Amino acid sequence: MALFEVHGLTKTFGGLAANRDITMRVEQGEILGLIGPNGAGKTTFFNCVTGFYPPSAGSVRFQDQEITGWPPERVCQAGIARTFQIVRVLGDLTVLENVMIGAFLRHPRVPDARRKALAVLELTGLADRQDQMARNLTIAGKKRLELARALATEPTLLFLDEAMAGLNPSEIHAAVAIVRRLQEQGITIVMVEHVMKVVMPLADRIVVLDSGQVIADDVPERIAANERVIEAYLGEKYRAAS
Amino acid sequence: MSVETTLLVQTLVSGLLIGFVFALISVGLTLIFGVMDIVNFAHGEHLMLAMYFTYWLYTLWGVDPLYAVPVVAGLLFLLGVLTYRLVIRHVLDAPMLAQIFVTFGLMVFLRNLAQLLWSEDFRRIGDTLVTGRLELFGIFIGTPQLVASVGAALTTGALYWFLKNTRTGWALEATAENKEVAGLMGIDPERMFALAWGLALASVGVAGALLATFNPIFPEVGAVFVLVAYVAVALGGFGSVTGAFVAGIIIGVVQVMGGFLWEPRFKTILVYGIYLGIVFIRPQGLFGRR
Amino acid sequence: MLRNRLPQLALVALVLFLLVFPTLFPEPFLLRTMILVLLWSVLGLAWNIIGGYAGQVSFGHAIFFGLGAYTSTLLLNNWGISPWLGMLGGALVAVIVSAIIGWPSFRLAGHYFAIATIAAGEIFAVLFRNLKWAGGAVGLYLPIVRGDRLVDFQFNESKAMYYYIVLGMLVATALVTYWIERTRMGYYLKAIREDPDAARSLGINVTRYKLYAMVISAALAAMAGTFYAQFVLYVSPKTVFPLALSIQMALVAILGGTGTLAGPIIGAAVLIPMAEYTRVYLAGRVGGLHLVVYGLLIVLISIYQPGGLMALLRNWQHRRRQRKLAQAAPVTAPAGGMGDGSV
Repeated sequence: MALFEVHGLTKTFGGLAANRDITMRVEQGEILGLIGPNGAGKTTFFNCVTGFYPPSAGSVRFQDQEITGWPPERVCQAGIARTFQIVRVLGDLTVLENVMIGAFLRHPRVPDARRKALAVLELTGLADRQDQMARNLTIAGKKRLELARALATEPTLLFLDEAMAGLNPSEIHAAVAIVRRLQEQGITIVMVEHVMKVVMPLADRIVVLDSGQVIADDVPERIAANERVIEAYLGEKYRAAS
Repeated sequence: MSVETTLLVQTLVSGLLIGFVFALISVGLTLIFGVMDIVNFAHGEHLMLAMYFTYWLYTLWGVDPLYAVPVVAGLLFLLGVLTYRLVIRHVLDAPMLAQIFVTFGLMVFLRNLAQLLWSEDFRRIGDTLVTGRLELFGIFIGTPQLVASVGAALTTGALYWFLKNTRTGWALEATAENKEVAGLMGIDPERMFALAWGLALASVGVAGALLATFNPIFPEVGAVFVLVAYVAVALGGFGSVTGAFVAGIIIGVVQVMGGFLWEPRFKTILVYGIYLGIVFIRPQGLFGRR
Repeated sequence: MLRNRLPQLALVALVLFLLVFPTLFPEPFLLRTMILVLLWSVLGLAWNIIGGYAGQVSFGHAIFFGLGAYTSTLLLNNWGISPWLGMLGGALVAVIVSAIIGWPSFRLAGHYFAIATIAAGEIFAVLFRNLKWAGGAVGLYLPIVRGDRLVDFQFNESKAMYYYIVLGMLVATALVTYWIERTRMGYYLKAIREDPDAARSLGINVTRYKLYAMVISAALAAMAGTFYAQFVLYVSPKTVFPLALSIQMALVAILGGTGTLAGPIIGAAVLIPMAEYTRVYLAGRVGGLHLVVYGLLIVLISIYQPGGLMALLRNWQHRRRQRKLAQAAPVTAPAGGMGDGSV
């Protein structure tokens, strides 16, 4: 039994099917890459499984429990955390306070939450900036902060939505190191990515979406050679390499 | 027709007539919201100003309200653009709280300014071109009410035509649909926002001038009408001109029928109850897209 | 060293001043104004919990003030129940009503929620205007009880006890606010205010926390309502349910600074004396002048300094500190924040 399973997930908006009959699983401890051309439905999928959209059909199971249609707060309480494609830090609070908000889920008392938050800041290399206002961080810093905040909720499964977008090479390098460290700590990770150079070496397995459907589900080496994937990405492949 | 039926039809007709005026007022409110996601909490006060302008034009210079309509509409149009440029523009990117407070503050300011300048006294306009009443099939219709209703319907129709059939109208709708994309297509959002405010207040100007022919004028007169407008905008669907129009008429009929069938003093509760009912049960209203 | 302690010293001085105020200034109008300042501080702080910290702007809080006033008065007039118990009863009623109104309303976005609160407020006003057993439009008079005993919650010889009671209420309300600020609830409310969806993704049950804030806010407003009823010995829909009252509650907090502890108190300290002065000395036509100024103030604050007077104060303090630092250390040190992309 896999840690996280999706069966026949479908999401339609009006007449448009953004996600169609998606079936896939995530195994405990792996890093799963979720890729696909623009508009393939990756973020919709994230929103469906983390409770922001109710699926039109299908089921989502986590740790052998039906979580389909659960509201976002319940999903997080169960152990699934996420980041957002457009970063959403709480600008009016400091870096530390942002992470504390995440920590409060498992540590209701302020001193405990602060301790947990500081630990997470250490882990993600943000400790030296703990008193900065979140809105003053760079994009890389904000993405890092959002990740730290999600980590503070002590998730078993972490969904990262384009965590590498907009980062320069050295920032990507640092972020990848953090993701590896998280896997070492036993956190299972699903990452939506466009930056192929990052996801191919990092992921244990890759699922490819195109037009709302799964077109491939395999290890990275075979994905790169997969006819359907190349077709879906025709042209994109060259852009993604940059 | 029996007496009861006559009374019923009479009430229905008067509700319909005032409904058209409600509709015009609501259309302005929904236009602003549709284009820039801001609720004009001072909408009732703008209506009140229109009514006072009409009153002063009549009292000081003997201008008949019917002739005053375009003048007041023009004045309110300018006021709308001015309000946008001086006030609203500064809070477009501010948090929603600031946006709420700004038009709310405007409401408090205008309402009490009117009270300060013109006192609480109820004012009425005397004889005008439209004074009198008509009788149709045993139903009595006040001529001012009829003219107001027709005027409101025509104005709403003209506004609708403008939005659907002119380039500027399309630009306005495009901006309402998606500000960024409209900007990319060469539409200047600033101009569109100012235009939206100008048109919205001009509509209220027409409604106010027409209302002034039969409705008493006092500093708080806007409060009652704006309440209906809030509800109509919600019922019709935030941002939908058609929706606000239809909803305005519906509420006009419902509140007057409610007063007739139930209790006149509970009319307000009925209308408010409708608002609460809509936002809880069907938040997108009849024609809404949000 | 004494200069560093200036804010604390000022606070102590203020507290002492407040404690001896009735002895220093027994003049009725002044004392009454001060009582109102303290009462409105309580109301502003109460509004602040849901409107400032949670970010749900309500223009209907007079509902809870009125419910508090009416509940305790009806209990007293009909069954002789002590106003102190009535105060608790009023708070209970307010908690229940606020939960019923709030729970379905919270999913409404800002504007629609605000309109819904106006709607609810008006419904209550009309309702009480038509309830015969609650006095209708005429209202209810409270029986005058001689003796100035604390247990009667009525003081006719000297208003000083009223002053101390409302001062106590203010201290209690401030403590509640302080407690909220310093615990998880305060952090959660800040997150909810800024980004409810992000908050939900972190496991925060947004509706539940808004509900907590709402009922606390309502209970405090209701208790203030009971105090008011005992103070003026008269309740009517016009005096305890009007939209103007809801507006003033919001205004006091907005002017002083929403989401802060001192904000509503400062707001009340500035607004209420102005209101009382214009009401009494410029009565009649110019009696509404303070409201015109209010309106203008809200507009200006919203545009230029949404954080209110508190924010202005903090900016001024910040600039003073910057200037001092610049003077003390002429050698430029690197400003905080590395914008060079290093992580």
